[in-house]
Amino acid sequence: MKEQHKHTKAKKYGMVIDLDKCTGCGACMAACMAENNVSFKKDESDKLLSITWMRVYKLTNGKKFPEADICYLPRPCMHCEGDHGHAPCVSVCPATATDYSHETGIVSQIYTRCFGCRYCMAACPYHARYFNWWDPVWPDGMEKYLSPNVSPRMRGVVEKCSFCFHRYQLAMDKAYIEGRRELEEDEYQTSCTQACPADAIIFGDLNNPGHAVTQIAKPDHKHGGRPMNPNAFRLLERLGTNPKVYYLSSRRWVRRAGDNYIKDERG
Amino acid sequence: MDSALIPEGVKRCSFGKFIFWLVIFGAVLLWGIVAMLLCWFKGLNQTNMNDAYGFALWIWADLAVIAVGGGAFFTGLLRYIFGKDELKNIINFAVLIGFICYSSALLILAIDIGQPLRGWFIFWHANVHSMLTEVAFCLSCYFAVLTIEYIPLILENRQIDRVPFFHNLSHNMHGVMAIFAATGAFLSFFHQGSLGGVAGVLFGRPFAFREGVFIWPWTFFLFTWSAAACGPCFTILITWITEKITKKKLVRKNVIMLLAKIAGWMLATYTIAKIIDTWYWATVTAPAAGHNFMDFYSNNPLYGIWILVLEIVICGVIPSIILITKTGRRYSFLLVGAVFLGALGACVNRWVMVLQVMAVPVLTFESWFMYFPSWQEIATTILPVAYGIMLIMISYRYLPIFPQEREIEEEKHASIFV
Repeated sequence: MKEQHKHTKAKKYGMVIDLDKCTGCGACMAACMAENNVSFKKDESDKLLSITWMRVYKLTNGKKFPEADICYLPRPCMHCEGDHGHAPCVSVCPATATDYSHETGIVSQIYTRCFGCRYCMAACPYHARYFNWWDPVWPDGMEKYLSPNVSPRMRGVVEKCSFCFHRYQLAMDKAYIEGRRELEEDEYQTSCTQACPADAIIFGDLNNPGHAVTQIAKPDHKHGGRPMNPNAFRLLERLGTNPKVYYLSSRRWVRRAGDNYIKDERG
Repeated sequence: MDSALIPEGVKRCSFGKFIFWLVIFGAVLLWGIVAMLLCWFKGLNQTNMNDAYGFALWIWADLAVIAVGGGAFFTGLLRYIFGKDELKNIINFAVLIGFICYSSALLILAIDIGQPLRGWFIFWHANVHSMLTEVAFCLSCYFAVLTIEYIPLILENRQIDRVPFFHNLSHNMHGVMAIFAATGAFLSFFHQGSLGGVAGVLFGRPFAFREGVFIWPWTFFLFTWSAAACGPCFTILITWITEKITKKKLVRKNVIMLLAKIAGWMLATYTIAKIIDTWYWATVTAPAAGHNFMDFYSNNPLYGIWILVLEIVICGVIPSIILITKTGRRYSFLLVGAVFLGALGACVNRWVMVLQVMAVPVLTFESWFMYFPSWQEIATTILPVAYGIMLIMISYRYLPIFPQEREIEEEKHASIFV
């Protein structure tokens, strides 16, 4: 199977999130937690201590009625490519517990190798990485509902969104059994994509011109994946993290909220 | 009671008084150990760290003790490689301080990781691209060097020295110490630098990120430079404190003056480099990431421009001026004030490069993150201080840490007699 993998075309899985469609319902967050066995505590009021691989932020334009406007921004891991796979978190991990796959474009996290130094968390500007401050404790009987495809994480290690990598593995297994090497677009979709009732999240291979993500975001691979769609943007684009999650919005203030600009700078 | 263990020709306080203070600091140490065990057995939920503050008080403490512990490698370099022979009279104490600082740093690191039993993964699964990997390797190796440098001091204890094997071993170890000093300086250059690199390579954090040469950001060189400047300052400061507590002159003034002068020039040149670095970062690097300079120093309850003034002007420019001028060094209160500020400057710099980095919001829709350590974090940070004091107490009492002490004491007695 390894030999066959080498012959498959390199993928670059990514996401487009249409912020004009997102209602902030949180279905993506709930689906993500259930799918990936994300642990939780009785009191989740302190969001700096809760694990939310997918987190929905509420943005406002800071104006008063009638010009007040809000936007909900779902934030998974950006699966940054950085410069040739040197994502901010990948290059700093001292134990190679997180890795950038050039085969899929997915930034992995090896829980059993992570020793909890949290350097990757310090490196991630998106706060997409979470530390297990406590042992995962499930309410009585809930262990039976955990997904057998995703290993629960132990206390003292970092975890983050994997773009539901186990789904990719399952889809690839099925494809190999059927004698195929490539996946159809709908064969591998993340749980948040499927759960979104507004169809705001689109997932696919950014290297595949036939996939919706590529058609919408129009990534310019010669320029670090910068979107050519004028309504598309990436978070903190100018830091050079080269994320693979694109956002869409027809509103200028939302697009501008995606990055920092010095005073009077146009963006 | 323990007079047979005390070096010949010097006086020490009574055994009872010694034990009394040992118990006092031992109690503080015990408090730290309780907190440490809580962190190990219950996990890092015992701290006030969170997902925004993955790096906090402990990482600062690590960086700070390693910076001020830099006196060991730099004094060793000056003594053994550059031939500043006078410094042989303070090198033992510099090594002891370095040993305390580095062992403390390793202990704090062991508490700070979420899975302490997997700590060895950093060596086994080493990622050569990570600055932390370089830190781990060089830090461990340099701690081994410091241990080798500290062993001959232990062997010089009056009773141990009587054993011919230990006497010869100590003598021979002294003979090859230049090799270890050179190795220590080489290793220190890299781990002090890598610690600077830890923050400097964070291209996702505009407050920390710096450009540089090849793989090394400017912070790599600045951290090494500041450790070479502030480490000797700390050595002088602790020597002065020890002299005040023991009510004795332990190191001659010419030795202190020489070390202070070198530290002063190192601090002055470092401060100039730091000013250039700050100016370039504020006008080129940070604006390229979309940040105005004042974004990093406003709209929060703690981090104002005062912290930059404290670090560069009060703890950089002022002590530099004092230490490089003969008049400044001559007055004891100015000298002590300057070395205190110099050591404080390194601590402030490390604080800024760890905690302020975490505090500054990067996403436009987030705000500043503030943090106050839990008692467990504070206790485990004070633990090494108590341990350091106890080790200095024991070493001072039983080992000839200060080679000039005996002759200074004899001269004092002779002058009284005359």
